Amino acid sequence: MTLPNSPSTYDVAIVGAGVVGCALAREFARFEISTVVLERQGDVCEGTSKANTAILHTGFDCVPGTLEARLVREGYALLGQYAECAGIAVERTGAILAAWDDEQLAALPAIKEKAEKNGYLATRLMSVEEVRAREPHLGEGLLGGLEVPGESIICPWTTVLAFAKEAAMAGVAFRFNTELVSVARAHGEYVLSTSGGEVRAKWLINAAGLTSDRVDGLCHHQDFTVTPRRGELIVFDKLSRGLINTIILPVPNSRTKGVLVSPTVFGNVLLGPTADDIDDPLATATTSSGLERLKEAGRKIMPELLEEEVTATYAGLRAATEHQDYQIRMHEGENYVCVGGIRSTGLTSSLAVARYVVQLASQAGLELTARAHEPEIPVMAPIGEFQLRRFLDDAAIAENPDYGEIMCHCERVTRGEIVDACDGEIPATSIGGLRRRTRAMNGRCQGFYCGADVVSLLGELIPADPATLTGLSE
Amino acid sequence: MSVRQPDFDVVVIGGGPAGLSAATELRRLGVKKVMVIDRESEAGGIPRHCFHPGFGLRDLHRSMSGPRYGEELVRRARRAGVELALSTTVTDVSEVGRVSVTSRSGITQFDARSILLATGARERPRSARLVPGDRAPGVFTTGQLQQWVYLKKLAVGATALIVGAEHVSFSAMLTLRHAGVTTVALTTELDRHQSVALAPLFARMVVGVPVWTNQRVVEISGRGRVSSVLLQDVRTGATRRVNVDTVVFTGDWIPDQELARRLTMDINAGTSGPSTDLGGRTSLAPFYAAGNLVHPVETADVAALRARDIARHLAHDLDRGGRSNETALNVVVEKPLTWVWPNRIDHSSRTVNLAMRIGDFDSRKGLVLRQGGLILGRAKVGVVKANRSMSVQFTLRSGIDQDGGSLTVALEG
Repeated sequence: MTLPNSPSTYDVAIVGAGVVGCALAREFARFEISTVVLERQGDVCEGTSKANTAILHTGFDCVPGTLEARLVREGYALLGQYAECAGIAVERTGAILAAWDDEQLAALPAIKEKAEKNGYLATRLMSVEEVRAREPHLGEGLLGGLEVPGESIICPWTTVLAFAKEAAMAGVAFRFNTELVSVARAHGEYVLSTSGGEVRAKWLINAAGLTSDRVDGLCHHQDFTVTPRRGELIVFDKLSRGLINTIILPVPNSRTKGVLVSPTVFGNVLLGPTADDIDDPLATATTSSGLERLKEAGRKIMPELLEEEVTATYAGLRAATEHQDYQIRMHEGENYVCVGGIRSTGLTSSLAVARYVVQLASQAGLELTARAHEPEIPVMAPIGEFQLRRFLDDAAIAENPDYGEIMCHCERVTRGEIVDACDGEIPATSIGGLRRRTRAMNGRCQGFYCGADVVSLLGELIPADPATLTGLSE
Repeated sequence: MSVRQPDFDVVVIGGGPAGLSAATELRRLGVKKVMVIDRESEAGGIPRHCFHPGFGLRDLHRSMSGPRYGEELVRRARRAGVELALSTTVTDVSEVGRVSVTSRSGITQFDARSILLATGARERPRSARLVPGDRAPGVFTTGQLQQWVYLKKLAVGATALIVGAEHVSFSAMLTLRHAGVTTVALTTELDRHQSVALAPLFARMVVGVPVWTNQRVVEISGRGRVSSVLLQDVRTGATRRVNVDTVVFTGDWIPDQELARRLTMDINAGTSGPSTDLGGRTSLAPFYAAGNLVHPVETADVAALRARDIARHLAHDLDRGGRSNETALNVVVEKPLTWVWPNRIDHSSRTVNLAMRIGDFDSRKGLVLRQGGLILGRAKVGVVKANRSMSVQFTLRSGIDQDGGSLTVALEG
């Protein structure tokens, strides 16, 4: 039997269901072709895409003339519009690069020039008084700043989920727990051996993020090496949100890129990231040295922030390569596109990267006929702190009383939202997946009050018992 | 614009031992309309999931399990005519006493003449303690563990390490035993445990669990599930790895102070809860606070008894149509004391009862209450135990100077 979603040979197989893979899936879904996404983990958004600084970048500080600079600039506009349609939380906070010494202060005009070379004309030098008027809680020793009004914050999880839902609703197949083991070609097709069986496809798109160099190797290419760059971050209690209005960016210098302090769309304040090159693409542990360094840096930037409770700490890995730019390569004649080296800017650029890659594939011979109807953009659950949350939505509660039953008290996540997250396209299948879809258990108590209730409900809603959910059994 | 009559004389936020006891007392004293709001489907607070005996000793004069104690307090509140709104979350409180709530029936507002905050305290989870390592499942607080085991009967793990060696840590040990989990040890950064003298003996002899002192948790490892914990000796720096699939972080209490913080009332630096006087009066007129929100933490019965006292002050204020002109002075602590409550006392006091906690053991057995350079009184205490509350009475040998500034409690000797 052939399911509509699983032809014997797909037109396109995408490896990786991070923000780039899902954006690609969504873009390919606009055409009359069959697409499959292969993901080695159990959900979308499990790698770099889930643990980053969640900033929608203008691209003001990209290296001018690079592909990255272009795609970030384009992606910024595309994702901004998309987020509005899909109900993804975005806050237009703006950013200030804060200068704390003479070297940093002296560097600001050059950063302004660089921004202008990148086509971003809205930056503005600020006096120390202006910066303080905007951000009265910054620490001692501030000398001045550069305003970047377009920098914004976004929900990284809802973004990836929206792309994946849109693609899935338009017929793209998602195969989770499916790791690519080897790549062969037969009769002009790719024969992909995976941990979940064999998959055939005419085209192969490598969006494997941290392991994109390995997938490239499986395709007999070795154009770059990914060195995972670990970034540790500290999330402070929501009660600290009043300390900050704008993203406070560091002024990079020759020695270090520095750490930022940023509000999040969930109403917290983020401090980080560190930047340590490591070997293991799965090593997402935080370290005592990393957290100490962050505290030290944070104490200088915003001393009062360090007085607040910490809600969470995490580490994300960025797919850094030896190259300055994205490693997007069309291998003509092989029907293979490598979309590698998409660094920390990938969240912002994802939609532009997808559009660019589809153009490349089309030029190289992939036949693309637009569908009669554009796929529908899904309307995502409002999980941003300043969106109309379900627990405050009287009309929604009247229609479904489950939206009036708060289960996770710190984050005010309702039973209705947990039920929704386990239903429909790309449902939650794990505790982490539920957290990213709803915020449940992400708050200050980390499950002290609601952990047992939420995990027990999750066990009822999805076909997995709580012992499996908590890693006690396979 | 019509002037709205208050819907309630007092709205109590939080239906734990303090909230329920205060509400019951308010009704007994003739306060007409009293409502307790609790976000859980059953009132009773933390005792709902504490299945060990010993609840109710001081306030109800008998020993009960936590759930029985919670039920009894609910029964008494209902019988006294307290209204209970369950599965109802307070989402906002305005400075004039309007309470916004969400429940399955939608969004509602109540106006109250006074509001008593009794939102309790929680244990600091691993993240708030900045314990690095992998973010694998298998990390609990006692509160989560108890609900996990007793209320939801979920599987915990095979072997566990308990971080902490105070009352609640031994309670976590019993919960783990009930769930069939082998506890490898209780660990504390201090040089001895902080529970009753017999607790470690019971742990070792009956349950077979040792207490490891001077140990700090420096890392948790495991992908997919906790697999080990790295401990470091705080004196020597030596490390050892303990293979467990479960870690329980116990104690290290912090008040659930979100509503209080959002109301911009004075927050006490020591307790992290709202600053109050003996009557639970916060710095914001219609608001009172009681229970472990103001003294993190006391046992349930102590929280209940103090809340009854607060209810008497609150009823008195309601009777008189408001609070009197206040002449209370702040009370602060010197290290190693961590907090003292009440945070303000009246200058006319002649005997002063203070509850307090200390961060580390101390061999000194004397306490002094000072105002500026002047010693107002001294008190003797027994062994000063870390992470334990003590109640101390000072009989003042000279009066408090109304204009003399804040009072300080310190160890001496």
